Amino acid sequence: MSGATGEGYSASEMMIVAAARALAGQRVCFVGVGLPNIAVNLARRTVAPDLELVYEAGVFGARPARLPLSIGDPTIVTGATAVTSMFELFGHYLQGGLIDVAFLGAAQIDRYGNINTTVIGSYEAPTTRLPGSGGACEIAQNAKQVFVIMRQSPRSFVDKLDFRTSVGTRVSIVVTDLAVFHRRPADRVLHVDALHPGVTLDDLRASMGWRPKFGEGELVETAPPTQRELALIRDELDPAGVYTK
Amino acid sequence: MRDAIAELVRDGDTLAIEGFTHLICFAAGHEIIRQRRRDLTLARLTPDLVYDQLIGAGAASKLIFSWLGNPGVGSLHAIRRWTEGAKPRLQLEEYSHFGMVCRYTAGAMNLPFFPLRSYAGTDLPTANPLIRPITSPYTDEEVYAVPPLRPDVAIVHAQRADAAGNTQVWGLLGCQKEAAFAASRVIVVVEELVDEAVIRADPNRTILPGLVVDAVVVEPWGAHPSYAQGYYDRDNAFYIEWDAISRSEDALAGWLDEWVYGVADRSEYVEKLGRQRLDALRPAPAPSGSVDYGEYR
Repeated sequence: MSGATGEGYSASEMMIVAAARALAGQRVCFVGVGLPNIAVNLARRTVAPDLELVYEAGVFGARPARLPLSIGDPTIVTGATAVTSMFELFGHYLQGGLIDVAFLGAAQIDRYGNINTTVIGSYEAPTTRLPGSGGACEIAQNAKQVFVIMRQSPRSFVDKLDFRTSVGTRVSIVVTDLAVFHRRPADRVLHVDALHPGVTLDDLRASMGWRPKFGEGELVETAPPTQRELALIRDELDPAGVYTK
Repeated sequence: MRDAIAELVRDGDTLAIEGFTHLICFAAGHEIIRQRRRDLTLARLTPDLVYDQLIGAGAASKLIFSWLGNPGVGSLHAIRRWTEGAKPRLQLEEYSHFGMVCRYTAGAMNLPFFPLRSYAGTDLPTANPLIRPITSPYTDEEVYAVPPLRPDVAIVHAQRADAAGNTQVWGLLGCQKEAAFAASRVIVVVEELVDEAVIRADPNRTILPGLVVDAVVVEPWGAHPSYAQGYYDRDNAFYIEWDAISRSEDALAGWLDEWVYGVADRSEYVEKLGRQRLDALRPAPAPSGSVDYGEYR
C-alpha cells in the first residue's frame, strides 16, 4: 500500500481496510450492512472506483450519502441506478449470475468456509437463536466469489459448525481482526496468507478451533492502514465509530 | 383501521405484514394487538420490531420467516425468549429471503411450487422439510423447491392509493406485490389518499390494482418507527430503544400498555410521539424528474 501509515488504528479498522483492499479490480459487489458496508464504500473510494454496490433490499448501483442504518436504509435508494423488487434482485441479478463478489458475515465458520448464522446448540432447542439465512445461503451459492468478514475467536472459528446455513464452495477470502485467509480450491480449506501487525502465530492458533494451514509463500504482515484509509473511515464512512471502535 | 382489522383479520389466520425495512405497517400491527387476535401464523421475511411486538403480546403461535433480527441493532428479544431453550413457545418455519419471495410468487401465480438455486449443501432442508429437492424435467439438474404461501391476509403500507385501492409505492419494493397477489384478503394502509387521476397520471408506479384490495385505510405515519421513502426516515432511536424494552417481559408489557393498549388509535399514538420527534424524521426533498406518457387519441 502506498501512503503514510496511520497511527492508533483499531483491530476493526485493520479488518475493514484489509477487506476493502481485497476488492481491488472488482466490478459488481453484493453488500451487507455493518462492516461489509464500510469496507465496500472504502473500496469504492480507493482501490475499486467503478464498483457497483448491490443491496439485497433491491438496489443496483447504490450511492449511499450516509452510512446506512440498516440493509434497507432510504439512503441506498436516493440516487441509485436502479431499484428492483426483491424477486428481480435475487432472481435476475444474483441467480442470473451478475454478482462478482459478495460479502457475508458469520457467527461460526469452519475450515472449508461453510458458515453458520442460524443457531448455537441444537436446531430444535438452541442455546442461542441467531438471525438465520436471510439472503446468505443463496448469495453463497450464486455469487461468483464470496468474501467473509468476521471477528476471529475459538467460538467463531470452529472445528464443526452447529448448523450449516451457507456453503463455503465459493468463499475465496476470509478477513478477520487477526489475519487474512484464502480458500484454496485444491484442498478446499482456508490458508493463512497474512497476519495483521502485532498479531503472533500463538495469537492466531489460540483463536481458532482447527490447526491453521499456511499458504505456499512466506507468511507476510498485512500493511497497516494508511492515513488516507483511516481518514475516509473516520471522517466519512463511520464518523460515530459505530462499527470501527 | 379498527373496522378493517375487525372485519378482515381473524383468530388463527396466516397474516403477512410485508415491507423490507421500508413501509412496515406498525399501525396495523398495533391495532391487531389492541383487538387481541390470537393464534396467528405470522409470515414476513424479516419479522422486525412489528412481529416482536405481536409475538410479545401473545398474538401468534407460529412464525414463517427468513431473517430474525433488529436490523442494524441486534436481536429481537421477545421472539428469542419464545424460541430459545428446552420448551419453545413459538413454532418456527424457516427459509431464506429468496425462498420466502418465491413462496409468495408461487402463491400469487397459482403454482404448486417455485424452483430456486438455494439450499444445496446446507442444513436448511433438514430443519424445514418443506424445502425439497426437485429434478429438472429437461436436464436432470437438481434444484430446490419451496411451496406456495397464500396468506389469509396481507397488509401493505404504501405512500398513496385512491379510494378504490389502486396503490402506488416508490423506494424499496420488497415483496409486497407478491404477498398481496398471493393473499385472500388485502388491506392497504396509506400515507395519503389521492384522486384516481393522480394514479392514472403515473401508472408505472402502481404495484396493486384496486381489484385485489379489500380495504383502504388512511394512516399518516402508519409505518413509524420504520420509514416511508420521501415522507419520513426510520426512527432509529426507537429501534435502539426496543433492544432494551424487549429484553424483559415486564418492560415489554409496560411498553404495550403505554403505546398500544393505552392509545385508542394511530392518531393518538402520533400525537403522543410529538411534533418535535416527527419533524426530525422528515427528509429534505429529492423529487424525481417526470416522464411524458404522451396522449394517444
